[in-house]
Amino acid sequence: MKLTGAEIIIKTLIEQGVTDVFGYPGGQVINIYDALYKYRDQINHVLTAHEQGASHAADGYSRATGKVGVCIATSGPGATNLVTGIATAMLDSIPMVAITGNVPCSLIGKDSFQEIDITGITLPITKHNYFVNDIAKLADSIREAFRIARSGRPGPVLVDVPKDVQVATYEFEEQPIPEKFPLKKAEQCEINEAIALLNASKRPYIYIGGGAAGLGLGHEIEALANKLDAYIGCTFMGLSAVNNDCDRFLGMQGMHGHYASSMAQKDADLILGIGVRFSDRATGNVAKYAKGTKVIQLDPDFSEINKNVLVDLGIVGDVKDAFLRIAAGVDKADHPDWKAVVEAHRTREAQFDAEQRAQAGERLTPRRLFDIVNANKLPHTVFVTDVGQHQMWTAQYAEFDAPRRFVSSGGLGTMGFGLGAAIGARVATGDPTVLITGDGSFGMNLNELATAVSYQLPLVIVIVNNGVLGMVRQWQTLFFGGRYSNTVLERKTNFVKLAEAFGAVGMAAATPEELEVAFRQAVKVNGPVVIDAYIDKDEFVLPMLPPGGSIEDIITAAKKKGESEA
Amino acid sequence: MSNKFVIAVYVDNQFGVLTRVTSMFTRRGFNIDALTVGETESPAYSRITISLSGDGYAREQLINQMRKLFNVKKVEVLEDDKCIKRELMLIKINNKPENRADIHFAVDAYRAKVVDYTTDGMCIEVTGDPTKIDAFVELMKPFGIIEICRTGIVALERGTTSLLEK
Repeated sequence: MKLTGAEIIIKTLIEQGVTDVFGYPGGQVINIYDALYKYRDQINHVLTAHEQGASHAADGYSRATGKVGVCIATSGPGATNLVTGIATAMLDSIPMVAITGNVPCSLIGKDSFQEIDITGITLPITKHNYFVNDIAKLADSIREAFRIARSGRPGPVLVDVPKDVQVATYEFEEQPIPEKFPLKKAEQCEINEAIALLNASKRPYIYIGGGAAGLGLGHEIEALANKLDAYIGCTFMGLSAVNNDCDRFLGMQGMHGHYASSMAQKDADLILGIGVRFSDRATGNVAKYAKGTKVIQLDPDFSEINKNVLVDLGIVGDVKDAFLRIAAGVDKADHPDWKAVVEAHRTREAQFDAEQRAQAGERLTPRRLFDIVNANKLPHTVFVTDVGQHQMWTAQYAEFDAPRRFVSSGGLGTMGFGLGAAIGARVATGDPTVLITGDGSFGMNLNELATAVSYQLPLVIVIVNNGVLGMVRQWQTLFFGGRYSNTVLERKTNFVKLAEAFGAVGMAAATPEELEVAFRQAVKVNGPVVIDAYIDKDEFVLPMLPPGGSIEDIITAAKKKGESEA
Repeated sequence: MSNKFVIAVYVDNQFGVLTRVTSMFTRRGFNIDALTVGETESPAYSRITISLSGDGYAREQLINQMRKLFNVKKVEVLEDDKCIKRELMLIKINNKPENRADIHFAVDAYRAKVVDYTTDGMCIEVTGDPTKIDAFVELMKPFGIIEICRTGIVALERGTTSLLEK
């Protein structure tokens, strides 16, 4: 069957199992949009307000499901607007395919109108990319893009298609979706070594990261923890891989991790890392990290072994297979001493929590905010966040009850990620979706409220509004003598009216009671709701390991302004 | 012990591949001393030879990061004692009558070749192991070097094995 290049693009997407794409039309993708029109019964296109929103939506779509997210943008500014979204996906290993149009081949290299070298620009932030200047290679390039995006350690792939290739015609034949590139299975001797280390351990700590989040191993990890009498902690990206109600689960460790989780990791004699990369935010001072602790690392990416932390045993390849073989081989163990140590940390943490709640009084604090959200959220809620203090509070306090329920920009830390990602997550899952954002982050890409309204997406958007850029302010308080350079937002934005102007529902909440009423209403609305929730500007994210510090430097109580100048 | 090493890389013979490789070096903060690229026994592949310095960690990271690139088919470290390394240099120097004999003597000793000659200057071609080239440059310095162009290292493993089939 002879088709135009544009039709081949859409037919190949359909062939690859794509049902939804996010994008924005323009001069050099007008043919692709024409093909989208033709095949609109088979593929749903979500029109965003900005290409950046489309890229984050494709990312959120993928994070919430594991499917490859797809976004489309025109050449030049359309393509460059995708860049932040692609980089966000790259840093968190999210499978995504971005399709961009470009000027016809005859105009390439001539600084033509809206011409940009997007494959050049995205070279360091994609797993791979293609400039397809030959229609004979178009379908296969897209197929390969999907295969690369979803294989091994996933990531974004960009396919740039000049306009003349979209217009040309070529034979197209549907093909089955190829298998992922096979992953190496661990050698039995490696598995045996891991089993021996785990059996010898007296204080085991299972440490799960983003690489484990999508494997659906929550129950198996819990079972292994029970068998080994081990505890489970996670990285920021590993959140929601194990449900929060799991008794062995201590929560996130690291810079803003749970006290018990960070302390238990310090006290452990063995860390079994599953899909973790030991990022600087997780390890603190890497020279002091896991001193005297044995480390096993399971990862599909060989370049992650020994990259940030020297490990005792690195197993590369099929993580799920290796994990299950290790789990089947270990002996049942009992470590009452270890239990006592960890439970003591837990008690200490519960004290901090109780103090925080007591100090709050009648005020709406982050802790109270999440008590209300957790108590009133619907089952299987997807939590989406932007970046900053509210993001860390979500990581600390939100209760996840299923895998892939935490959608947040970890590696790149992209403010403005949330709303687009929430749209993607909601479109992908149809499950209740709550966006926790800040007044700073929300201000970056709130234009996507228009998208949520157009598609009548039931999103509950909670703006944790403190009138400041809270995370930077917290650092300014702790490390810059309280010099609040450009972090106080003297804005007069009325988010309730703003929501209404967009055609969404707006509510304000200054007290816990008001928030509870608003949130309960919001989850019932069949469309986007913005809740403007006010908290104090000097709320801290605690505990905190100072940058470059180690677990010994943990800050657990708010220091007064300017008290510490590290 | 020197921390210099040489890596041979087979990549798809397509445009843009060299950029992918070198862009990764920049991104990961690796410094390369020299790089050569050219055709191979197979039209499907080009061979890049990279010489660089770094400790064991850098070496492992570099190889791992390179192997992750999709157009990279094969990456091997060429160990010093198991490979032949060659480099070619063209060097232009002043040609003063009082130095002429010394220069010719050096050219003979290094089995180099005078490839261009004027009354004021000459151009010499030298081939060999990079250390030999370095030594020749040192030797020419007193005579006044005008311009140097070096190709960077090309290297092959000794014996009958082919890297691609290894």
